[in-house]
Amino acid sequence: MSALSVPEPVEGITADPIRGSGLRPRRFGAWYIAEHRLLLMRAYGTTILATSVGNPLVYLFALGVGLASLVQAPLGDGRGGEVSYLAFVAPALLASAAVTVASEEFTYPVLSGFKWNPVFIGARSAPVSSAQIADGVIIAVILRMVVTCVIYFGVMVLFGAVPSPLGAVGIVSATLTGLAVGAVIMAYTSTVTEDKGQMAIIQRFIITPMFLFSGTFFPLAQLPGYLQWIGWVSPLWHGNELGRVLAYGLNEPGWLTVVHCVYLLAITVAAWRAARIIMTRRLDK
Amino acid sequence: MPAPVISASALTKKYKDFAAVDGISFEVAPGESFGLLGPNGAGKSTTMRMLGAVSTRTGGDLDILGLDPDRYGPEIRSQLGVVPQADNLDQELRVRDNLIVYGRYFGIPRAVVAKRADELLEFAQLSDRAKAKVDDLSGGMKRRLTIARALVNEPKILLLDEPTTGLDPQARHILWDRLFRLKEQGTTLVLTTHYMDEAEQLCDRLVVVDKGTIMAEGSPAELIRVHSSREVLEVRFGSDRNAVVAQQIAGLGDRVEVLPDRILIYSADGEAELGELLRRGLEPLTSLVRRSSLEDVFLRLTGRTLIE
Repeated sequence: MSALSVPEPVEGITADPIRGSGLRPRRFGAWYIAEHRLLLMRAYGTTILATSVGNPLVYLFALGVGLASLVQAPLGDGRGGEVSYLAFVAPALLASAAVTVASEEFTYPVLSGFKWNPVFIGARSAPVSSAQIADGVIIAVILRMVVTCVIYFGVMVLFGAVPSPLGAVGIVSATLTGLAVGAVIMAYTSTVTEDKGQMAIIQRFIITPMFLFSGTFFPLAQLPGYLQWIGWVSPLWHGNELGRVLAYGLNEPGWLTVVHCVYLLAITVAAWRAARIIMTRRLDK
Repeated sequence: MPAPVISASALTKKYKDFAAVDGISFEVAPGESFGLLGPNGAGKSTTMRMLGAVSTRTGGDLDILGLDPDRYGPEIRSQLGVVPQADNLDQELRVRDNLIVYGRYFGIPRAVVAKRADELLEFAQLSDRAKAKVDDLSGGMKRRLTIARALVNEPKILLLDEPTTGLDPQARHILWDRLFRLKEQGTTLVLTTHYMDEAEQLCDRLVVVDKGTIMAEGSPAELIRVHSSREVLEVRFGSDRNAVVAQQIAGLGDRVEVLPDRILIYSADGEAELGELLRRGLEPLTSLVRRSSLEDVFLRLTGRTLIE
């Protein structure tokens, strides 16, 4: 990932014990931070696993089996013709699962790292840099998203919701979707110095509407024209469509598929970089 | 004299127009215990963050272990132990895990850091708390754990920012004892404090800082000798009478300071001054003769008390 980089190397670092001592932190600092974050996640590891298995079961059953029995409109947007509602909704639910993890992990845990349990400030006294702290936080969440998505995908397969073998690549596209949304939240949360309920606002007024208006449960085209822009700017819509292309060959022009990928990558890189800069400005005062 | 481990020259940190640190210069020799004494807002913590290669200076020169922190931040921080003013342990992790996670930041292999964690828990007298949550520790224990954490990389220099602020007397003494042991082992200590007794206990040499500048420099004994008398007579006449009495005792001792609640008379012989006071027919409500302290030095240099 281009956003991930080692702090600028300094000439003259030799076998000298003092100068050499910075070598490993310069190279692996972000991974040490990620290690710490994963250790923290282990404290609620059981919850993570339970929700990772429970969520897809509940959603796929309720929507793919329950709601699907009421959905009569043909979803003829697959290259091979019509697809079931289950096949239509499953790739979007996968992307939503990653976004949910991102909205959990990049809000309170990040705010807390500055305020209530100021581990970022503690880490800054060690040889790691502020940018590495940002990287480490993001890396750990990516790992958690991958775990969640792999489990989710497994349940989708059990439900028979993935017609194409390419669908497995949806794990990557879903994680990228979560990352695009998450990096933006991370950059924002890093600027918050006082908790005035901003985290709840993100959840209620950004994440939830995004689920509803990103073509998750019905095609975006069903929305009145003046609301469709929400989908176009929403990383989740791009992630949903990308997942559908992979899972059942959603019939869309090739250039649009490229746009989905480029859009998600561009947001991720820009927001990740912003997060590093904001983190650095805040911790290096 | 061996090369200094820290050398600051005209070190400055400005936030917009405000100079938090305004051109201070000092050197710290290896193995020395060096203190920055000053009231809140004097620029001590800002100085410490620059010494810790976290905050970049806006002016002057700084050299730590022969390196410039602007370019060699990670290298310098690999050699430092930092005890911040406010504990920033990970309260969600257990005591021993705090040491391990922190040691990993330095790239220390897991097996080595595990062994060191046990030794440090021993040193910090926390072995029986290894599995406890940080949240369940007392203030003094958290402080000791923070010091243990700062030692996990076997630092050449230990930076302590107000290490005992907020601790009860017993916890402070335990902490001082641990710090004294480190000093005996040759660790260079740099500490800030606004407690005179702490500075006197721990510092070989110190600078008195106020408003971002250095007011005086020397060993505690030197500073007291140069800037104060040997003894101080403290008398109280009640807050409404202090000002009136002050006029009647003019000329007593080397110098007289009238504070809102008491009058300080600086002299080589406090008892003699008290005798003279009584001869003049003045009967204080309370009187106390004590040795001069760094607090008196500070009062003399800045016209203010340390803790306001």
